[in-house]
Amino acid sequence: MWQILRQAVRIGICPKSSAREESEPVLMSPAEVSDRQLQADLRAALGRALSIRVVDAGSCNGCELEINALSNPFYNMEGEGIHFVASPRHADLLLVTGPVTHNMAQALVDTWQAMPAPALVVAVGDCGCTGGIFGEEGASRGRVSAVIPVDAHVSGCPPRPSAILAAIRSAVQGVAGA
Amino acid sequence: MEPSTGDSRPMQGGAPTHDRTSASPPALLIRQAFPSARPMGGELATYHLTATQAQWSMAAAAISSDAGNRPESPSRLIALWGASDADGRPLASAVYGLADGLLWVDLPLDPQSRQYPDLSRAFFFAGRMQRAIFDLGGLRAIGADDVRPWLVHARDADARSPATDYPFVRVSGAGVHEIAVGPVHAGIIEPGHFRFSVSGEKVLRLEARLGYKHKGIDARYTQLDPILAGRLAGRVSGDSTVAHAWAYCMALESAAGIELPPRAAWLRALMLERERVANHLGDLGALANDAGLAFGLAHFSRLRELWLRESDALYAHRLMMDQVIPGGVLVDLDASMVPRIGQACRSMAEEVQRLRAIYDEHPGLQDRFRGTGTISTALARQLGMTGLAGRASGLGRDLRHDHPGQPWSALSVHLCLSSQGDVAARVAIRFDELLESLRLIEAIASRLPPGTHHRALRLPQGHHCGAGAVEGWRGEVLVGLEIEVKGDRSRIVRCHSHDPSWQNWPALEHAIIGNIVPDFPLINKSFNLSYAGHDL
Ligand code: SF4
Repeated sequence: MWQILRQAVRIGICPKSSAREESEPVLMSPAEVSDRQLQADLRAALGRALSIRVVDAGSCNGCELEINALSNPFYNMEGEGIHFVASPRHADLLLVTGPVTHNMAQALVDTWQAMPAPALVVAVGDCGCTGGIFGEEGASRGRVSAVIPVDAHVSGCPPRPSAILAAIRSAVQGVAGA
Repeated sequence: MEPSTGDSRPMQGGAPTHDRTSASPPALLIRQAFPSARPMGGELATYHLTATQAQWSMAAAAISSDAGNRPESPSRLIALWGASDADGRPLASAVYGLADGLLWVDLPLDPQSRQYPDLSRAFFFAGRMQRAIFDLGGLRAIGADDVRPWLVHARDADARSPATDYPFVRVSGAGVHEIAVGPVHAGIIEPGHFRFSVSGEKVLRLEARLGYKHKGIDARYTQLDPILAGRLAGRVSGDSTVAHAWAYCMALESAAGIELPPRAAWLRALMLERERVANHLGDLGALANDAGLAFGLAHFSRLRELWLRESDALYAHRLMMDQVIPGGVLVDLDASMVPRIGQACRSMAEEVQRLRAIYDEHPGLQDRFRGTGTISTALARQLGMTGLAGRASGLGRDLRHDHPGQPWSALSVHLCLSSQGDVAARVAIRFDELLESLRLIEAIASRLPPGTHHRALRLPQGHHCGAGAVEGWRGEVLVGLEIEVKGDRSRIVRCHSHDPSWQNWPALEHAIIGNIVPDFPLINKSFNLSYAGHDL
C-alpha cells in the first residue's frame, strides 16, 4: 500500500504539477492550455453534470481510443463532472463514432430513442461526419446524420481529444443558449 | 453445432506428448512439400500455388497433421478468404505459415457451383472464416457443419435486431439460464453480442455474435487506387494502424517487385514498436481497473497519453496513421530527435518497472489475475491461437523472431513466452514485450541506416499478386493483394486484410468456461481483440 501512496505522491496531480512535467523528457502539447479553457466553458454551461453515452456504430476503433483518452488524468473529464454512463436512459448527450454500418443502424436508433430530452448527438470523426474512407454504399451506410439527427460534428481521423471536447461544448452551448 | 466452444473435438493427431518430439518427423517445408509453388518475391519468403481441389485439401491435411504431430511445429493456417479474379471468376484463398515462409494457395472455383472443400475440420477457427466467405461472396465450403450467417446479419435493410433471430447454441439442464449482452455495451468499447449460458455464477458456455461493424472493406478495396488504398488498410483496426498499413504496403511492394529502402524498413519498425508500447500501456491500465485497482488505470493512462503526445511530436499524428505509405514512410526521422527518443524510452521503462513492482506485490490484483481465464498450451495449439495471447499460452511464435527480415535480423528480438495461459500470463507478456519494445525503439533509432526513407513506387504492367505479413501487437497481420495495371490505369483486383483477432476470438470463448460471469470483462480485456479488424 505504501508503494501505491508513494507513487501517487511522486506523480502528483497531472498535468497541473507543471514543475514535474517540465522536467520530463516528453514535451507537453500546447493543446493542454485550451483543454482547461474548454473544461471551464463546459462547467459554466452545465453546472457539474453532463452524462454521455458512446455508441460505436462501425468505427475502425481509432475514435474510441481518443474518446477513452478523455478519461485520463490530462483531460480529467470525470473530475470536471462529465461522466460516461452505461445506459442511454441516463444520458444527456450521445457521442457516435464510425460510419454507421448496416448491422448497427437499428441499435443506434434504439439507443438514441431511449434517451431523455434533449438527447444531443455529436458525430465524431471523419467517418461520423461523412462516412470517411469507408464510403456510403454497401454495408456502410455512412454519415451519422443519415440515420439520426446530429447537433454537432467533429472532423479528424481520429479527432484529438481536445477537439472532441470542443464539439461537446458546442452541442451543449447550443441548447444552453436556446 | 457451432464448433468454436464447448466442443473439444480433437484435431488430427490429437494433442501431442512431449516424449514424441525426439521421434518427430522432419519439419514440413514449402520447397519440399509444394515444389510447384512459385516464389513471389518481396520481403518475406512467400510462395504462391494455384491449386486443384485435390491439392487444396491435401495441403490442408499435410499442414494440419504437421501441426498436430510436432509440438514445436510452426505450421498453421493464417488466413482464409474468398474473392473474384480479374475476369470475375470465383476463388478461394488460404495463406499458411510454415517453417520456411508463407504459402498462399488459390483455388479457382466453378462459377456455377461456387464450392470449395471445407477446411474447418483441419483448422478449428476456419469455420467462421468460411461463414464470412459465404456471406460476402456466396462461396460455400462443402461439408462444413456450421452454415449460419456470420458477417452479414440481414439482407433486408429494414430488418430489426438481428441478434434476436440468430440461432445460438442452447445449453439445457436444471438451473441453466442465458445472459445476453450487447451489441451496445456499457463502456466505451466496440459493439458485439455475447450470449452466456450460466448456472449460478459459473459460465458453462459463451457464444459471441460478431459482425456488427462489418463495413465491406474487401469490396471497398476494389474501388480504390492501389496507392491510396494504404489509407484504408490503416483503418481496418485503428489500434493496429501501423501493422495493417505495413502489411498492405509490403504486399503492394512485393506485387510491384520493388525493394524497400533499408532506412524505410527501420523507420516502419520504429513505428510498429511505438504502436505496441501504446497499446500495452493502455491495456495494462485497463486490466488493473477491471480487477478493481483504479490506481493502475490512472497511472498507465497518464503514461499512454505522454507516449501519444510524443508520437504526435514526431509524426504529427497521435496514432501514426498514414505514416507507412507505399514505397516507404511519410516522414524521415531527424537525427536531432534520436537522443530524445532514447531518453523517453529509458524514462518510460523506469516508470513501467516501478508500476510492475506495484502490480506484482498487490495481493488483490494477483488474486484476480492468477488462474483466471486459462488456456493450456495443448488447447492453444488446437485452437490455432496466435500473437500475444498465443505466446502467453506457450506458443512461441513471433514473425519478428521466426522470419526475420529487415530490420529484425539485426536486432535479435527477444521472444516473450509463458506457459501459464491465464490473465496473469497475458499481463506478464505485455510487461515483457513493452520493455522489449522500448529496448528495440532505442536500438532502431540509434542504428538507423542512412539513405532515403521513401522511393516512389512504379507499378509494372500486367497482373501481379503480393503478400505482406507483420507481427502487430496482437499477432500476425496479413494482407493478400492482386493488382492489374493496363497502360496508365491501375486497379485492385482483390485485396484481403486479415487481423489476428479471427484466430483468438474463439479462444476467448474457451477461456471463460468454468469462470464466473463477473470475471468476463477482465478476461476479455486480457485478450483485447479487435471487433473492427474481424468484422471488416
Ligand atoms: S474517423 Fe478515422 S479514426 Fe475515426 S473511425 Fe473513422 S477511420 Fe477510424
